[in-house]
Amino acid sequence: MNRSKWINVRSELFASGMGVAALVILTVFTLGAIFAFLTGRDPNTMDAMVRLTPPGAAHWFGTDDYGRDYLTRALYGGRVSLLVGFASMIIATGIGVLIGVVSGYFGGWLDSLLMRMIDVITSIPSFLILLLLSVFLKPSVGNIILIIALLMWMNIARIIRAETLTLKEREYVLYAKASGQSARGIIWRHILPGLVPTIIVGATNNIASAIMMESSLSFLGFGVQPPNATWGSMLNSAQGYIAQAPYLALFPGLLILLTVLSFNVLGDILRVGFEPKLNRR
Amino acid sequence: MRQLIVRRLLQTVPMLFFVSVVCFAMIKLAPGDPVLSFVTPNMHADDIERIRHNLGLDKPAYVQYFLWLKEIVQGDFGYSLVNHQPVLGQILDRLPATAGLMGSAIALAVLLAIPLGLIAGANRNRWADKLINLVAYIGISVPLFWLAILLMYLFAIKLHLLPSMGMRTIGVESAWDVVKHGILPCMVLAFGFLASYVRYIRSSTIGQLKEEYVQIQYAFGSKKSTILFRHVLKHVLLPVITLLGMSMGDLVAGAIVTETVFSWPGIGSLGMTAVKGMDYPLIMGITLFSSLMLILGNLIADILYSFVDPRIKLKG
Amino acid sequence: MTQRLLTVDNLKVSFAAREGENQAVRGVSFHIDAGETLGIVGESGSGKSVTAKAIMSLIAPPGRITSGEITLGGTSLTGLSEKEWRRLRGNRIAMVFQDPMTSLNPVKTIGQQLTEVIRRHRGLKKDAAYAEAAELLRQVGIRDPEQRLKQYPHEFSGGMRQRVMIAMALSCKPELLLADEPTTALDATIQAQILDLFKDLKANTQTAVALITHDLGVVAQVCTRVIVMYGGLIMEEGTVEDIFYRPQHPYTIGLLRSLPKRGGGSRERLVPIEGTPPDLLNPPPGCPFMERCPHAHARCASLPPVTELAPGHRTMCWLAVEQQEKAAAGSEGGNAE
Repeated sequence: MNRSKWINVRSELFASGMGVAALVILTVFTLGAIFAFLTGRDPNTMDAMVRLTPPGAAHWFGTDDYGRDYLTRALYGGRVSLLVGFASMIIATGIGVLIGVVSGYFGGWLDSLLMRMIDVITSIPSFLILLLLSVFLKPSVGNIILIIALLMWMNIARIIRAETLTLKEREYVLYAKASGQSARGIIWRHILPGLVPTIIVGATNNIASAIMMESSLSFLGFGVQPPNATWGSMLNSAQGYIAQAPYLALFPGLLILLTVLSFNVLGDILRVGFEPKLNRR
Repeated sequence: MRQLIVRRLLQTVPMLFFVSVVCFAMIKLAPGDPVLSFVTPNMHADDIERIRHNLGLDKPAYVQYFLWLKEIVQGDFGYSLVNHQPVLGQILDRLPATAGLMGSAIALAVLLAIPLGLIAGANRNRWADKLINLVAYIGISVPLFWLAILLMYLFAIKLHLLPSMGMRTIGVESAWDVVKHGILPCMVLAFGFLASYVRYIRSSTIGQLKEEYVQIQYAFGSKKSTILFRHVLKHVLLPVITLLGMSMGDLVAGAIVTETVFSWPGIGSLGMTAVKGMDYPLIMGITLFSSLMLILGNLIADILYSFVDPRIKLKG
Repeated sequence: MTQRLLTVDNLKVSFAAREGENQAVRGVSFHIDAGETLGIVGESGSGKSVTAKAIMSLIAPPGRITSGEITLGGTSLTGLSEKEWRRLRGNRIAMVFQDPMTSLNPVKTIGQQLTEVIRRHRGLKKDAAYAEAAELLRQVGIRDPEQRLKQYPHEFSGGMRQRVMIAMALSCKPELLLADEPTTALDATIQAQILDLFKDLKANTQTAVALITHDLGVVAQVCTRVIVMYGGLIMEEGTVEDIFYRPQHPYTIGLLRSLPKRGGGSRERLVPIEGTPPDLLNPPPGCPFMERCPHAHARCASLPPVTELAPGHRTMCWLAVEQQEKAAAGSEGGNAE
């Protein structure tokens, strides 16, 4: 991982309007989620007097069926969605990198075993497992993070394994081996640094799919439980008021779309930036 | 060639075995004692034990597994805890609705993705490409259930063009009625796949157009359109077969969400009901069934691919 | 008897790059007569392949032809529409490329690919086109052609594929065949076979060939005339005898020295030319070979004019100019040295 690559990534990022837009959107959403309390309202305080108020000066995003301020709920909801996305990405990437590197570096029966295992897990529709686990375990934010992470690490493990296989044939790795360095030392000093671009790209794409999974789960009613909001569960309740208050469905969906879109765009830009020759768009 | 198919089939067997073990483990680990659903308040403890024995639940786990597997192989997936109907029967009842929805969505996605991907790839960085690319980006990032709600609002509630729920209008028995109900769910389900196929076809078109044999076609007086349709198309289509096989899993997820939003009476909404009602045999049945379909889909895709791609025959 | 087939006059091609304009071809003029075999020699980056592509108008963006006039059989090719070009390509002018492994579509049969060209340019029906394709394969020395037509490229060896490419290029009896390093990617023995094919071509058909290569040995075997290119310019032009026995330009001489001599034994040392080719983003204003030339002097900082040493033997070097000046001065002054 050398400096020129980072410079390349940076110029790639700022060269396209999409990249800048994605960064701005994600920064605004993250800040909004962190500083959600600044709206001065409580996301769960109900007020029957202002039920289903359309967006206006007092309530920018309107109010929901319980008269709760929708913007505040959306910001707090974003907190959960982004948290789930980041946390499960970190866990999934951790597991994926560990298994991928071990499998790719040591090869042999261990590799076959791990890869067969991944084949089996991925041959069961993951969304079904997701539903099942969220029923078995009590749906708390922590559990949801864990469940999503457990379903996402396989992809990154496969990519990391493939990359490790090519890295371990490089001259400097062969040299390190020949000069008697321990496997652990080689992995730390030579393999992992070479994997950084792959990991970053994979992680970025993983956040996008984690956020998507969480919102699907919450939308179906198996995610974070009421009265706490996430974008998915907000859409779930909005469904019942679609005729009277379509804006209730509009905002959370738009937030999910923009967030996931931004992460996907960033992932692609990073991939091109790290491997300009291979992946030029 | 034959070797390839045999090898691929043999690989499938252990996978099926593991999937069945996972499914079995899932029922075993499920919270709650299945015996309890047969228990009435005035039963004695030894009555309960007798039921346990009758159900075979007092035997060691591996024996239970093989007994269960034997039943599965014979087509007996057990009975629903909620309505006590045979699980397999319920799944098969719902199969046509789901197969119809998935089939038409996939067909729609592929048929649209091929020209769009080719156009985008052949006009890289021009406005047509930028437009198609943007739509595809949105397609892979949009939550399908949200898209479903929006379309439902627009076409059913605002414009009154299409029905928003179910598969049939009560009392109406016509194919056209079913089609009308199916348009929205099919569009929603197709959109997500369309987007990822378009992105794939676009990038492989770009890759193929850089190949030397394409440059050479120009030197022999070929038109760009001739090159695209006579030479690039086949290259680009081959991997789409594999892509189709691989997207079966996402299709299941998409079907669950879409069928739930539109109350489409398919396996997806059956699965949702099962999960909500903690109906373990039904959940297990659906999981096993869809895993089988997934493995089968991949297998068929691989075999089909080796038939179509001339380069594989040599190695096979 | 000889008829001008192709003339190229002051051809310039450049490629837009981030840092500026890469001037790959900087003003090249030559001709090819009907039926002759012209060798275009130069190292990679000398502009020889770009010249060939420019003749077929196959320069794709970011490249473009900035100036130059090309005529084929007396009519100008400048300003032809893309449609007219397509009728020309593969029909009157055909091309054979360097790497036969990548130049055929791997998922279509040889027959499909051959007949596509035949049917497009000669308007034959499918069956007739297949019969013609089989005949073509036979001509380039492929046995059992009817069977081979049904096979895919991966079932052919590299040499066989190059034969197929040559058959494809000859399928419409072109007036001009541009062969861009047709033997470079092949083993030595296969190379010799393909060269024999080109010799047959010269003997048996009316097709003129421009053989582009970095290998002077190849040129000696098949060509009648030679152009030596360097830095996007023609350094020397002449018959094979001129170039091999009476080379004038220091670059040509350098190239000949780096050639293993037949019969000279493998012991003889090859003398590579030191240094690297010029940067065509900022080409030197003078002789492009100046940096590497053992005879470079002050005058070489400006571009030398083309000097005709003998009819058809031209060179672009100040040494030649100076020699002629001396000769002129000598004949005037009456003393030789």
